Amino acid sequence: MRQEEREPVLKIENMSIVFTQYDRGMHQTELPVIRNLDVEVYAGEMVAVVGSSGSGKSLLAHGVMGVLPYNASMGGRITYCREELTGKRMEKIRGKEIVMVPQSTAFLNPLMKIGPQIRKGRKDEESRKKLRDIFRRYELKEEVEKLYPFELSGGMNRRILISTAMIEKPKLVIADEPTPGLDLKVAKRAMEHFRELADMGAGVLVITHDLELALEVADRIVVFYAGTTIEEASVQDFEKEETLRHPYTKALWRAMPKHGFQYIPGTQPYVKNLPKGCPFAPRCSQCTGECSKEIPYRTVREGKVRCIYAE
Amino acid sequence: MNRRWYIFILKNLIRIVLLTVCISIVTFALMKASPIDPLQANVGQAALGSMSQEQKEKLEEYWGVNTPPVQQYLSWAGDFVRGDMGTSLLYRQPVTKVIAVKLSNSLMLLAIAWILSGILGFALGVISGMNRGRLADKLIKGYCLIISSTPAFWLALLLLMIFSVWLHIFPIGLSVPIGVEASGVTLADRIYHAVLPALTLSITGVSNIALHTREKMIDIMESDYVLFARMRGEKGWRLFRYYGFRNVLLPAVTLQFASISEIFGGSVLVEQVFSYPGLGQAAVAAGLGSDLPLLMAITIVSALIVFGGNLTANILYGLIDPRIRRGGAEK
Ligand SMILES: Nc1ncnc2c1ncn2[C@@H]1O[C@H](COP(=O)(O)OP(=O)(O)OP(=O)(O)O)[C@@H](O)[C@H]1O
Ligand SMILES: [Mg+2]
Repeated sequence: MRQEEREPVLKIENMSIVFTQYDRGMHQTELPVIRNLDVEVYAGEMVAVVGSSGSGKSLLAHGVMGVLPYNASMGGRITYCREELTGKRMEKIRGKEIVMVPQSTAFLNPLMKIGPQIRKGRKDEESRKKLRDIFRRYELKEEVEKLYPFELSGGMNRRILISTAMIEKPKLVIADEPTPGLDLKVAKRAMEHFRELADMGAGVLVITHDLELALEVADRIVVFYAGTTIEEASVQDFEKEETLRHPYTKALWRAMPKHGFQYIPGTQPYVKNLPKGCPFAPRCSQCTGECSKEIPYRTVREGKVRCIYAE
Repeated sequence: MNRRWYIFILKNLIRIVLLTVCISIVTFALMKASPIDPLQANVGQAALGSMSQEQKEKLEEYWGVNTPPVQQYLSWAGDFVRGDMGTSLLYRQPVTKVIAVKLSNSLMLLAIAWILSGILGFALGVISGMNRGRLADKLIKGYCLIISSTPAFWLALLLLMIFSVWLHIFPIGLSVPIGVEASGVTLADRIYHAVLPALTLSITGVSNIALHTREKMIDIMESDYVLFARMRGEKGWRLFRYYGFRNVLLPAVTLQFASISEIFGGSVLVEQVFSYPGLGQAAVAAGLGSDLPLLMAITIVSALIVFGGNLTANILYGLIDPRIRRGGAEK
């Protein structure tokens, strides 16, 4: 990939998301759910953000889309097509240039028929034709347009969610766990649809906890742990354990079925009791005293890593 | 209409019958347990003292004082089932006639209050919920909380004082002008007399509906589907029309029909304050005057109206909500 010569479609630098919570009366606590997050997505490229449950993946997506809950505040810098993506600018382009496929089918309006819902009420012949084409591609019957979400199966609703992205002409697609609940074959198909969008020139950011699936379709993998990006690696780097950089990524690699299904001891720390420095330190065999200091995100062998011992 | 509907309606009819029987028994028992002596209440202590024993016995028979309660109830129930509601002891007229007159008086009052509080409450609740935390929301919420902690009769007195006593805009009471023949009373007269009591009922009714609608609206605005709609660039009128309004309408319908009972209950006190000769006032008179047939009939008619409201809500819900309408047709 010749990324260096091109400008990224989306560039997230040093993003942080903090929740303000009130527990026990008026005592106010700050909950830093995401820190030091860096991700770049180039046109025509599919990047997968991989992280376990609760690591802040959905929040990352909602943060970019500008729809965080009212008690959350976001820091850092987001650039879209060279220009800073401010809230105002986002409001103008979201749903058109930047589209998102949400995590669950509860995101469909239960009282709006599928057809108008995907077309956002547009009735022109072009939108209608486009939708018919999408339906044909996803093997959905035309009658589905007249049904309500509750009348479809879970897998069909998934495809409806994906259709909402396909009907626009997006430059950037963010997909939040688009495949849970789908069996392996259908999940692969769904991922391939996103791959097609990337091949048509869009930048695609897929959020998933399924590393294996991500490796089959993505170009680059960003590994997410306890609200931080800890490694960025190309898919090729995952062919051997040695080409990976971070101990957690290596542990993920060993946990894959074809590499022996080795269990990673311990659990991801909850944001409230994060260790200082490296969040993976308590589970890491290479951990030393140095790891509780600030860890820089540095470039190692064309990828990036947040570990002082990686080389 | 399919089988599901027949079963639904049949179930509800059975429920209505059972409920009516229960209500009639409870009302009867309460009347019998009441410490009010029908003779003293209706004839008066002084008049009673000057009567002969024979006259007294006649009166006691008229008011049913000496009949055993169970027998009295059964004979009342037997007549009622045959469509005979008996004769009102106070008005000395068939109960059906009394109720027809009183109900037609009340009905306009109740209908105005019901529609007004429904539309206003819904609108305020929606505005409040859509603008959560902003000034509009704070004002509406404050208003609703104040109103819902204000007794209806007190509000009635307040309005009466301001608009009738001080400003002379509206009449002090009654449902028609004093000294005008029944044939000379126009619809305008009736509406003119119904304004204040209807306003009282609406004002109190609004707060409940608005607060409930506000809760629903907030839930909807925070729902995943509204979040997704916003991510897809939906905003302003379209966001409200297709995502907010469509989803809040269903609970609002239920709320609106459930509020019939509250408006009905409120009307008893409000009619009393405005000396408005409606069903509520008749109920109070019947209760205090031991007019058993009338009170029983009023209680049952009110219960039927309230129950009818709830039933209508359920039926409408099934017709409007595609999840029920179509979901049932499929299975
Ligand atoms: N409104 C909120 N207030 C406080 N904390 C929140 C809020 N929403 C999410 N969180 C916290 O943020 C963290 C990340 O949540 P998020 O939904 O982004 O996880 P995720 O990586 O998408 O997980 P999953 O794989 O289960 O979807 C969780 O620990 C969660 O408890
Ligand atoms: Mg998630």
